[in-house]
Amino acid sequence: MSKPKGFEKPVGVRDYLPRATKRLRRIEHSVLDCMSRWGYEPIKTPTIEYYDTVGIASSTSDRKLFKLLNNRGQTLVLRSDMTAPIARAASSLLRDEPLPLRLSYHANVFRAIEEEAGREAEFFQTGVELIGDRSPEADAEVVALAIASLQAAGVKTFKFALGHVGFLNGLFAEALPDRLEDQLALKERLLHRDYVGFREAAEALGLNREQQEELEGILRLRGGREVCQLAAGLSRHPLALESLRHLCSVWEALDDYGVSEHVLIDLTMIGDFSYYTGMVFEGYAAELGFPVCSGGRYDNLLRQFGRDIPATGFALKTNRILDGVEDPESEEELPVLIVYDTNRRAEALAEAGRLRAEGRTAVTRLSAEREESAISTQEAANADGEQGGRYSRVLRFTGENQSVK
Amino acid sequence: MAEVLKVAMPKGRIYKKAAQLFREAGIFIPDDVDDSRRLVIPIPEANMEFIMAKPVDVPTYVEYGVADIGIVGKDVLLEENRDVYELLDLGIARCRMSVIALPDWQPGIHLRVATKYPNVATRYFREQGEQVEVIKLNGSIELAPLIGLADRIVDMVETGQTLKDNGLVERESIFGITSRLIANRVSYRMKNDEIQQLCSQLEKVMAGNGEILSNS
Repeated sequence: MSKPKGFEKPVGVRDYLPRATKRLRRIEHSVLDCMSRWGYEPIKTPTIEYYDTVGIASSTSDRKLFKLLNNRGQTLVLRSDMTAPIARAASSLLRDEPLPLRLSYHANVFRAIEEEAGREAEFFQTGVELIGDRSPEADAEVVALAIASLQAAGVKTFKFALGHVGFLNGLFAEALPDRLEDQLALKERLLHRDYVGFREAAEALGLNREQQEELEGILRLRGGREVCQLAAGLSRHPLALESLRHLCSVWEALDDYGVSEHVLIDLTMIGDFSYYTGMVFEGYAAELGFPVCSGGRYDNLLRQFGRDIPATGFALKTNRILDGVEDPESEEELPVLIVYDTNRRAEALAEAGRLRAEGRTAVTRLSAEREESAISTQEAANADGEQGGRYSRVLRFTGENQSVK
Repeated sequence: MAEVLKVAMPKGRIYKKAAQLFREAGIFIPDDVDDSRRLVIPIPEANMEFIMAKPVDVPTYVEYGVADIGIVGKDVLLEENRDVYELLDLGIARCRMSVIALPDWQPGIHLRVATKYPNVATRYFREQGEQVEVIKLNGSIELAPLIGLADRIVDMVETGQTLKDNGLVERESIFGITSRLIANRVSYRMKNDEIQQLCSQLEKVMAGNGEILSNS
């Protein structure tokens, strides 16, 4: 590889220039504010963690973790999500807090990427974890909050898809008892969204026609609450039925939240099945090619940190939302420019202080004779509307006179 | 009002067969689409917009969501490895991916394989427990063994005529290929009704075609 040129950055990372940073911050604030009104308290955790704790526990596959060595030869990772670090904190520092814990975060996370653009090595997530409650109510709260958060971020048209890992586990266990590899193969196909491959694999299993049709039938199970009833006819496995009851209760609660119109049940939604243990969901926004939200229940994670309690949560992909929402405040107020001579500096700075206390933006500058004409023609041009200047107006504290506009 | 579906269509070999399938499914597709030089072709009658793409780029357009759905060969899907829904096997443009060599091929000292599909080839030989040097070419792959660039090639075989003409033989078949209907992850949710409707229309035609085949 050639030496990088001065302007180059590693692949997969981005600069956020002032305009983008302002928008990102606005989204961050309105989303965190929304979460706090649901009783979720903010938490921050370190950017680096031990590979052997958070690294192994995270849902990110090993080859996608950024690893480094510290001076003692221990392997560290850049956090790949916030769920595992929060599980660590909930199992240790927050051990004595009453349950359930409601925690929110906004953070940059890191994934080593293999493919080209569109997959970022550093990106922002804003999300929550609800820890210590295994009820459908908790799952519904998290989905409803995800919807409220997307709305708070300014996303207008969106949909959520809801599934349950337990249903598929039960269904496959019933159809293919003791054939773990075949079960895994079917799940892999669904995870990769390969419906054609799923049908082919189901045909190759040597099942009778009825069983085979039951398996293929799940590909058509999409819709509202009625899907749960339809699916209940496909399996008598206790885990599958229990999962459907859970999903049904979540749906009913979402109906009472008044948001079920945005939600679609899709029983092929599987998420990362080594990690999620129950309900899983994803959020999609119109005009954005990639999902903007993902979440679900992960009841086995905290056990890895020595505290066996259930948890559920979600993360918004904040920088993807940034690409999709329009800026409502494009008419942001321009700063006032205050130009002064040294002898009137105190007067000028006092005026700037007064404006700032009012919530206005003031920029100060020592006057230089030859600049004067430049300021008046270019920077104050805004008033004429000709070339969109940088300042709303110019205040002068120059010479012996009082200020003139 | 149903939303317009943006469809990434592969230019060339597959297009005519795909358009034919769409017509059989009762979707109006004008005749001259692939002759025109236009790249984006609105088809208001079908509430669609065709994006005429190089076949290998179809999964990319769909993954990024600039096209909602697309039609593409399984060969390209396996090579490109994009995160999209693979909804239907359309059963058109049937062929296979194969390992091809000169008839007297013997493993040499340097195992070199030329192909348009480096990911597919690397994965296949790895699974076979063979470590080979893969050379990416962009066309006329059959040349490679003839002029000594590589001793084997991995390429798509439809009728086998090109191989015969060049004195090459098919050694192993890696997988069968047909064209697939793929969908973007978000479009699949946001435009679910439209996509589902198209799927069932196409499935009906394919079921019909299947019967004709099995009856004859």
